[in-house]
Amino acid sequence: MLRYVVERLFLIFLTLFVVLTINFFLLRLMPGTPFDNPKITPAQKELMVRKYGLDDPVGVQYLRYLNDVLHGDFGVSFRLQDQPVTKLIAMRLPHTVQIGSMALVFGVVVGILLGALAAIYRGSFWDGFVTILAVIGVSIPSMVLAALLQHYVVAEWGMFTYLYNPIDATRGISVWDSLYSSILPAFSLSLYVISATMRYMRSELVEVLNSDYILLARAKGLNKTQVIMRHALRNALIPVITIVGPMTIGLLTGSLVIEMFYGVPGLSRLLLNATSQNDYFLILGVNVFYSFLFVTVILIIDLLYGVIDPRIRLRGGKS
Amino acid sequence: MNNNKVLEVKDLEVNFRTYAGDVQAVRGISFDLYEGETLAIVGESGSGKSVTVKAIMGLLASNGYYAGGEINYEDINIAKTKEKDLHSVRGNQIAMVFQDPMTSLDPTMTIGKQIMEVILLHQNVSKSEAYQKAVKLIELVGISSPEDRMKQYPHQFSGGMRQRIVIAIALACEPKILIADEPTTALDVTIQAQILDLMKDLQQKIGASVIFITHDLGVVANVADRVAVMYAGRIVEIGTADEIFYDPQHPYTWGLIGSMPDLDTDGDLYAIPGTPPNLLRPPKGDAFAIRSEFAMQIDFEEQPPFFKVSETHQAATWLLHEDAPKVTPPAVIGKRRERLKEV
Repeated sequence: MLRYVVERLFLIFLTLFVVLTINFFLLRLMPGTPFDNPKITPAQKELMVRKYGLDDPVGVQYLRYLNDVLHGDFGVSFRLQDQPVTKLIAMRLPHTVQIGSMALVFGVVVGILLGALAAIYRGSFWDGFVTILAVIGVSIPSMVLAALLQHYVVAEWGMFTYLYNPIDATRGISVWDSLYSSILPAFSLSLYVISATMRYMRSELVEVLNSDYILLARAKGLNKTQVIMRHALRNALIPVITIVGPMTIGLLTGSLVIEMFYGVPGLSRLLLNATSQNDYFLILGVNVFYSFLFVTVILIIDLLYGVIDPRIRLRGGKS
Repeated sequence: MNNNKVLEVKDLEVNFRTYAGDVQAVRGISFDLYEGETLAIVGESGSGKSVTVKAIMGLLASNGYYAGGEINYEDINIAKTKEKDLHSVRGNQIAMVFQDPMTSLDPTMTIGKQIMEVILLHQNVSKSEAYQKAVKLIELVGISSPEDRMKQYPHQFSGGMRQRIVIAIALACEPKILIADEPTTALDVTIQAQILDLMKDLQQKIGASVIFITHDLGVVANVADRVAVMYAGRIVEIGTADEIFYDPQHPYTWGLIGSMPDLDTDGDLYAIPGTPPNLLRPPKGDAFAIRSEFAMQIDFEEQPPFFKVSETHQAATWLLHEDAPKVTPPAVIGKRRERLKEV
């Protein structure tokens, strides 16, 4: 088991290195420079390029950057007053995580519950309701939902807030105020999560409920609740975890549309602005950070899989 | 074996709702199960044998329902009993062993827990007592180092061992009736014999009555005291194992036995022509008539009643009517009858 984790960690570093390298060179192929503002004179531009060492050969810049990264320095933003990239990410991340994790927890829990209900009462009103909800959930784009929510819920019914409020003691915004203002953006994000989890849970549980071991469990004399709680749910949840992984990454990296609609100062907007301004190190930093999240979440999911499914746990142990 | 009835099935009818209409899977069958005996139900796929035993367990699929008749066990009629009142019967007084051991154990639960579960459910014992009982059961079904085995998961067991575990679960509460639904079909031949021996052995130990479903007549000869032959949702012939094997009366039973190779078989085996009828619209009269070379006009018009051959032997065929012409059964059956006389 330990060897497996170490192997995986090594692969994570390798992946991140490759992502970093490819990104570094790709970004230099983008048209323009970070200093294409018409207000900047050619002389000023010259000065800036030299200041950041962008006049050196790309290979030299790459090695210098790699050396910095190994010392924990991911460079600075050219456009945001020379602030370190790591600091910028650290400032933006909490907002994205706050909304993303709310959406994830709410979406997965509701999705599993509704999906399980639909499977248990297959062919009933609940099943139909859940199926329709799933279709609506995957087909409404989040920006349409965000606009609708702002119009009806906030403007017409006067509930919740138009914009997301970060926790800020100086402006008198407490944790609860902030969480309250995250409800609409989180809900907009979670509709897709609910539908995807629900559909998956339903089909998995239907299959499990038709399996031989459920019949044997019933033949033992267990009642319906015992059969579902002890035997069906655990087996149906195993495959559901596989889709929660990619969804987590999607939510933790933020949704541009939702961040724009609700004024969330999140990662997604940071990346968009950086990209439109050729802010090389900032783009690189965010991309590498995204990749890091991705591979880490996948590792966690794989380990979790082993905890739930004994067949995988043992195979992992032997390898 | 004695004459105390433990189970009485009377005119049982089971239907399944489908989009095309109701499929009449079991069409009025009756039999009794006596204390300590093994009753084998034989028949081809789709003859209603599995549905019959699932009906006895009260485990019909969600689109299945009891269309008529009774299943009397002690003072309850299982066909009319509410689901929640069956929980104390299932696994406790009537237990079942399933066909495919590879899929009938929960893959995410340890073997120990799966055995202990049924003990804790029906017996008033503590967890540690249940553990001890489970260890004894694993030993009883012939698996070594039971304490280690308790902690393992189904995928660490071979097919034959998994079936031993399923048997252990079924026998954990020493049921009065054990239902075995083709318990050896999915196993390879060398293991089949071991599992059959184990079941016979344990049946004697706890004195259970067994309903044994199979389409393998070799297995029947090995385990059964009595045999019921099912065709198209009905019992067509029922009798002691000797009567069915050496003096069968129904043309379908002739076909079944004729298609089984034995030491005297020379040349081709007999194959019953045609396919079983569609039970969405069961045929009038004897459902086997259309496939039978011995069918008479009346077979197509009226369902034959049971004719008594002996105290224990009955067959539903018009050939046994006093006005029926005498027919000569296939040569294989003739030979068997002669062999019976020698014995």
